[in-house]
Amino acid sequence: MSLISLSIITLFLPLIGFTVLIFFGKRFEKIYLFEVGILFAALIISILIAYFKLTAYINQDLIFAFTWIDFGVTPLIGEFSIDLGIKIDNITVLMLFVVNLISFLVHLYSIEYMKGDIRFTRYFAYLGIFTFSMLGIVLTHNILMMFMFWELVGLSSYLLIGFWYEKDSASDAGKKAFLVNRVGDIGMLIGILILFTNYHTFTFDEIYAQIAVGNLPFDSYAWLTASGILIFMGAVGKSAQFPLHVWLPDAMEGPTPVSALIHAATMVAAGVYLLVRIFVMLTADAMLVIAVIGAITALVSATIALTQNDIKKVLAYSTVSQLGYMVLSIGIGAYAFAFFHLMTHAFFKACLFLGSGSVIHAMHHEQDIREMGGLKKKLPITYYTFLISSLAISGVPLFSGFLSKDGILAGSLAFGNLTGHWLLPIIGFTVALMTAFYMFRLVLVTFHGKPRNQEKFDHAHESPKAMTIPLITLAALSIFIFYTPNPFNSEAGWVLSDWIRTPEQVVPNEVRFDFMKSDAATGQSEITHSQMYTDAAHHAHYPAMILSLVLAGIGILIAFMMYVWGKIDSEKLKTKYNSLYKFSLNKWYIDEFYDASFIAGTHKSAKILAWFDYNVVDGIVNGTAALGRFVSMLSGWFDTYVVDGLVNFFALLNGFLGLSLRRIQTGKVQTYVVFVVFSLLVLMFFFRPF
Amino acid sequence: MQVELTHFLVVSTLLFSMGVFAIVTRKNAILVLMGIELMLNAANINFVAFSKFGGFGLSGQVIALFVIILAAAEAAIALAIVLNIYKTFSNVNVDEINNLKE
Repeated sequence: MSLISLSIITLFLPLIGFTVLIFFGKRFEKIYLFEVGILFAALIISILIAYFKLTAYINQDLIFAFTWIDFGVTPLIGEFSIDLGIKIDNITVLMLFVVNLISFLVHLYSIEYMKGDIRFTRYFAYLGIFTFSMLGIVLTHNILMMFMFWELVGLSSYLLIGFWYEKDSASDAGKKAFLVNRVGDIGMLIGILILFTNYHTFTFDEIYAQIAVGNLPFDSYAWLTASGILIFMGAVGKSAQFPLHVWLPDAMEGPTPVSALIHAATMVAAGVYLLVRIFVMLTADAMLVIAVIGAITALVSATIALTQNDIKKVLAYSTVSQLGYMVLSIGIGAYAFAFFHLMTHAFFKACLFLGSGSVIHAMHHEQDIREMGGLKKKLPITYYTFLISSLAISGVPLFSGFLSKDGILAGSLAFGNLTGHWLLPIIGFTVALMTAFYMFRLVLVTFHGKPRNQEKFDHAHESPKAMTIPLITLAALSIFIFYTPNPFNSEAGWVLSDWIRTPEQVVPNEVRFDFMKSDAATGQSEITHSQMYTDAAHHAHYPAMILSLVLAGIGILIAFMMYVWGKIDSEKLKTKYNSLYKFSLNKWYIDEFYDASFIAGTHKSAKILAWFDYNVVDGIVNGTAALGRFVSMLSGWFDTYVVDGLVNFFALLNGFLGLSLRRIQTGKVQTYVVFVVFSLLVLMFFFRPF
Repeated sequence: MQVELTHFLVVSTLLFSMGVFAIVTRKNAILVLMGIELMLNAANINFVAFSKFGGFGLSGQVIALFVIILAAAEAAIALAIVLNIYKTFSNVNVDEINNLKE
């Protein structure tokens, strides 16, 4: 069997699971095992695909496409058709593996975590449809199909976030996620349509081929930049970037395994995956916008994460922050590291979320870390896996996060060196420091020290095997050995040297960054960056590594000083910098700002429209009704007085005539005879012959 | 003096007028019937006179005979009706027999 048919099978397996569970979920209690089994099969198949693709077909992309709708020759556009298809390159198979693995582990985990839920099978059905949509995004070879699956992902995340819809907060969070995503998707759709208007195709490769031969949208660089930024808006929504990041922390209302699957590993990564796909058509301006948005996101959410007390909220903001890193990485041209970080982050963040789920499960749905403490003894497996993932996200060597994050930081340093945008690396390193601090704050407050809530602590117990196996698997995948043999040099590893290769950009040289212009000297199409960039990155490598190591160390140290050794009193800091603390705790008041601006604005305009409806539209309707009433009143009056009057008049006239003529009807034959004779005489007089 | 058509017509006119007068003025049903007989006979005179002076042969006389027969039949029926009216209303005054009016 070819890889194409295998990948089609993996794509549709979760959909089959969804269909079966939706239709037979109520009849068979154990049917969720079918869904879990299907996901296991999908995982095995995706491993096979990845294995064959990365060995036999490593330099060859497999494309399978067919014409979905053939419009023939249409007015204004000309001849065009819409193709659906699958493209398998190295990025696809890696992503396929990541999605399927995490999805399977989350399914496994959910068996225990969701036990006893009233909509147990429905939950697994939703997971199935989500996995299907996510795989669709990963596999597609055209942007239209990607958009469709993109929306399907939006739908399934809405269903999963609002899964416990009896809670108002959960159903509100689902709605918020859906609506905020819509804002980004509108931009994405406009971007797609700009490209379609100009190229009459949705297929990535065909669009890029057109751009590569100098065929620009509306013949201008500005439109090319605009389409890149507009499509990026879709990623801003899905990957929770700065102005639209507000939905992700609220989405923590969903079940914790869902947070692990959707809001850590896959759905939010879809935005970054989209950027990876459109990377080659991004102009320098578009990339700068992307980099700035990514940096702002990373900084804002890292500062918020410092003070949150809900275990899942901390993780949510750290996710947003890490997504900011990935987007920043795309923006500065560190394509490979963006995807690499996406992969490593997917594993350790899923592990962190599942670990937090395990803690929450053990603490009987307590999420506030101030109620925890000392859980290390009670939950050893959770603790150690959580610790490994925290080390990974903080950028400690020997773990995967160090490899990818260090690459991004080095890239940003090189970028600053080459273009003079020094703020980006500064933000990057600041965020690295904060990440290390808040992650260890979380670990230390949750697992170390003395239990703060003795009653809950006494009832806590390690989670069952179905929950710990995913944790162990994911924690293991956070160790460097799976990516590179040298824990200090990620580029020595197979992931970056063989599997992920930065493609040559297709945009014209004039609108690329200087360092991304194609090197006429080398003539190698696979190398995006000029010698200049390679040198700069090389120079930046060791300073960046040392700096990030030092910062991670400082961050962890501060966390220890505050929460273990008590050298720094966090309460004192709180009172000293009260306004800053409040600012961070209240999430920069962004939600409040949106409430006051967009939501209040919407309400206000709705009120104005309602006023318009009540007064103008209703007024017109009521006026018409009143007019109708008036006209019918007139007509009624006319009927009563004129028509009826006429009728009555004739009746009266007839009556009168009858009354007066009745006199001559005497009933006496003799009178009649007189009349007859008289009239005979009159007639004879008139008709006389002479 | 030659008896001419005009004389006949004058006689019949007088007779007819007397018949009409009788019908119009008399209240007694019998007298009204007698007025009718007068009018019929005036018509008969006309028939005969026109037949004789108009050169129509005997057809006028024949019609006059028919009219006499008809008058006899009419008188028989009318008198029977008058008898019945008398039985019902105890008089034969045509003015008072107006029950159909209501």
